[in-house]
Amino acid sequence: MASAVVTTEKKNYLNAEYGIRSWLFTTDHKRIALLYLVSITAFFFIGGFFALLIRLELLTPAGDLLTADMYNKAFTMHGQVMVFFFLIPSIPAVLGNFLVPMMIGAKDLALPRINLISWYIYIIAGILYLHCIATGGVDTGWTFYTPYSTMFSNTRVIEAGLAIFISGFSSILTGLNFVVTIHRMRAPGMTWSRLPLFIWSHYATSIIMLLGTPVIAITLILVVLERTLNLGIFDPTRGGDPVLFQHLFWFYSHPAVYIMILPSMAVISEIVPCFSRKRVFGYNFVAMSSIAIAAIGFIVWAHHMFVAGISLYSALVFSFLSFLVAVPSAIKVFNWTATMYKGSVSFSTPMLYAFGFIGLFTIGGLTGLFLATLGVDIHVHDTYFVIAHFHYVMVGGAVMGYLGGMHFWWPKISGRMYPEGWGRFSAMIVFLGFNLTFFPQFILGYLGMPRRYWDYSHMPEWQGLNVLSTAGASFLAVGYLLPMVYFLWSLRYGKIAPDNPWGATGLEWRTSSPPPTFNFEETPIVTWEAYEYESMPLPEEVTLER
Amino acid sequence: MFDNFPLWPVGASSHSFAVDALYLFLVVVSVATTLAIFAVVGLFAFKYRRRHGREAEPIEGNLILEIAWSAAPMGLFLIFFAWGAIIFFDARTPPQDSTEIYVVAKQWMWKLEHVEGQRELNELHVPVGKDIKLIMTSQDVIHSFYVPAFRLKQDVIPGRYTTMWFKATKPGTYHLFCAQYCGTMHSGMIGEVVVMEPAEYQTWLSGGVPSGSMAQNGQLLFTQLGCSTCHRFDVQGRGPNLTGVYGKPVLLEDGRTVIADENYVRESILIPTAKVVSGFKPVMPSFQGQVSEEQLTSLVEYVKSLSLSSSQATAASAGK
Repeated sequence: MASAVVTTEKKNYLNAEYGIRSWLFTTDHKRIALLYLVSITAFFFIGGFFALLIRLELLTPAGDLLTADMYNKAFTMHGQVMVFFFLIPSIPAVLGNFLVPMMIGAKDLALPRINLISWYIYIIAGILYLHCIATGGVDTGWTFYTPYSTMFSNTRVIEAGLAIFISGFSSILTGLNFVVTIHRMRAPGMTWSRLPLFIWSHYATSIIMLLGTPVIAITLILVVLERTLNLGIFDPTRGGDPVLFQHLFWFYSHPAVYIMILPSMAVISEIVPCFSRKRVFGYNFVAMSSIAIAAIGFIVWAHHMFVAGISLYSALVFSFLSFLVAVPSAIKVFNWTATMYKGSVSFSTPMLYAFGFIGLFTIGGLTGLFLATLGVDIHVHDTYFVIAHFHYVMVGGAVMGYLGGMHFWWPKISGRMYPEGWGRFSAMIVFLGFNLTFFPQFILGYLGMPRRYWDYSHMPEWQGLNVLSTAGASFLAVGYLLPMVYFLWSLRYGKIAPDNPWGATGLEWRTSSPPPTFNFEETPIVTWEAYEYESMPLPEEVTLER
Repeated sequence: MFDNFPLWPVGASSHSFAVDALYLFLVVVSVATTLAIFAVVGLFAFKYRRRHGREAEPIEGNLILEIAWSAAPMGLFLIFFAWGAIIFFDARTPPQDSTEIYVVAKQWMWKLEHVEGQRELNELHVPVGKDIKLIMTSQDVIHSFYVPAFRLKQDVIPGRYTTMWFKATKPGTYHLFCAQYCGTMHSGMIGEVVVMEPAEYQTWLSGGVPSGSMAQNGQLLFTQLGCSTCHRFDVQGRGPNLTGVYGKPVLLEDGRTVIADENYVRESILIPTAKVVSGFKPVMPSFQGQVSEEQLTSLVEYVKSLSLSSSQATAASAGK
């Protein structure tokens, strides 16, 4: 009896210590990942609440649910919360934090205390932003365009700007930590060409975080200074240039799109080989396409400004570069698809999310080409076509990847299995709800419905498509709530997870579930390439299922 | 039948057909690509679904395939790029003899002024079949002039003129939207473009009671503000003679040469020291804050009229 108790009470990172202090002062990357998980989930639901307000307002043409100012604040805060407090930290700070050290065979990140500090910075920024919401909010649009944000808005622009400025440091520190860790902490034998693609993608993401985030920090500080000290940098009456702001803003905020999507691609690159029982097709091309996306992503920003008065020739250059950045994304999609060829494909929940990702990202990517095409952009720019496009990439892509990853690694994180049936069900609800919400918006965009419209009573013919979109959003809400419910349920009632429930090859699966505080009993020595599925037997349980 | 579910906007400019054609091409290519990817994913997922007694075959990759599926999209993208660039180039290059109309945007209305002196609010009357060039600025935040039926939009930016042009092809009334978020009543900043038969348009144009053409108003301002004391037409004043300047290259004090376009004239009034004409001293005071956007457009129009041939000038000042 006594020995049985000892084995079930095996020490892992969750039961190593108890009490609130053991969480708030932890330097364990896995615990910090969970701190991030709880915080970004809270922000996801706050951002989702604003999305709900937007969709309800647009159910009818008249501006009847909210006032115009409330509506403007709702879409502003929806965007800012989702982008800066959910999407940017989502996969890197939760799954990346949890997995980067484990995947390379390290005990922790290179700078564990910096990792904890990054979470505190995020929390300080988050509290400041919540205070901004509670005391009136901000209405500039998530993009803070000048001179509206600097000279005309009467809302809490300074506070929102400072909150996002501060959150940037959390992102910079996470990126820095990953770069150092990936360079310095790889286990013996874990060469660059043996790195899981998850690591390559996170490496590319970290470089964008390091190089891009300071630019938005400077830009937001300029907005704050312009409002407080009246500098005049963006004020045309004093020789300033409001369009300069857009250049600075998009120099970060376009690469930021890749901060959101690359980690999701990282997850898909792990899931597809695992559930096809095969090496990833074209490892080098998938790895290098992440680096190419990060590099080219820095020189496409002005495609947000084709109708903002930039010169004809710069528009041509940025249009061309925008097409160029689409090529590495296409390469990834083709390689994931080819990975399934002659594989042994299972339809487990993570794989369903990966299918969903491939489908939605394909549509999101292709519609991005419409916007890169100059002649079409002048019609659909700043319309619902753009809204639909970036939601296909950033929700269809990034959030599908995030949820797929959460299901894939949940057994490792929690030591419990989620209910598979509910998992598949929620994956399908999310996919269908997503398409119902956002596909009609492509049509609305081509019809000419501008974004950020509170009232469309002069164009009542737009209502039908808006009703579809709102209906889809309610499905989507259910699809997002379900996993939260059954994840929590599984903590208590879920089956105990084996160490490697999927028969996956990564180092994180070669330790116990949940892992011990220092990840491995002894430092692993790597003698194999990533995704050697031919030499990795399937666990008995999984073999029988399908 | 599809009153509540329209799928396609009306098209009413020389431009709308070109954009629709390219858009349709993109839709066809995208739908085909999406279906192809879905079909292959579906096929692989079904054909290679997990079954007993069948193992996955280890395959590392294929260089030729990688090159093919990198080059093929790039080739396709070059077609999109070139086709889109041609349309954009055309949309950004107003024909030489376009009829010019000035637009001043503010929170939350559109103020329009025809060179003949007619002013409109949130309504723009234009003749069908004529090239119309809009010269636009904003007196507060950034707005965007968007007419979906024309498939065109252009941001309207404070502190400078941006231009767009169109040729309406079908009489009718079309929505005018502000496409750039501009504050509380952004969605209320809408208007109409009324496209009329030329004869009807002439009747409309002569129906209003303008207080003189824009150039005439500009000339009046030119005297009232004291511009004419330095910019003289008879003898050399302290400022350059403005006759024939508009549209021509101007040699500056610092050796650069700029074309005297609308933005140059505007800047020279508001920030005279920015680009000083060669041979003159930077003595002109700034008129920033002393002239409204409407007065500025009149002054610009007046300076323009000084460059027309004398017969054109007479016609212009007579209100044509």
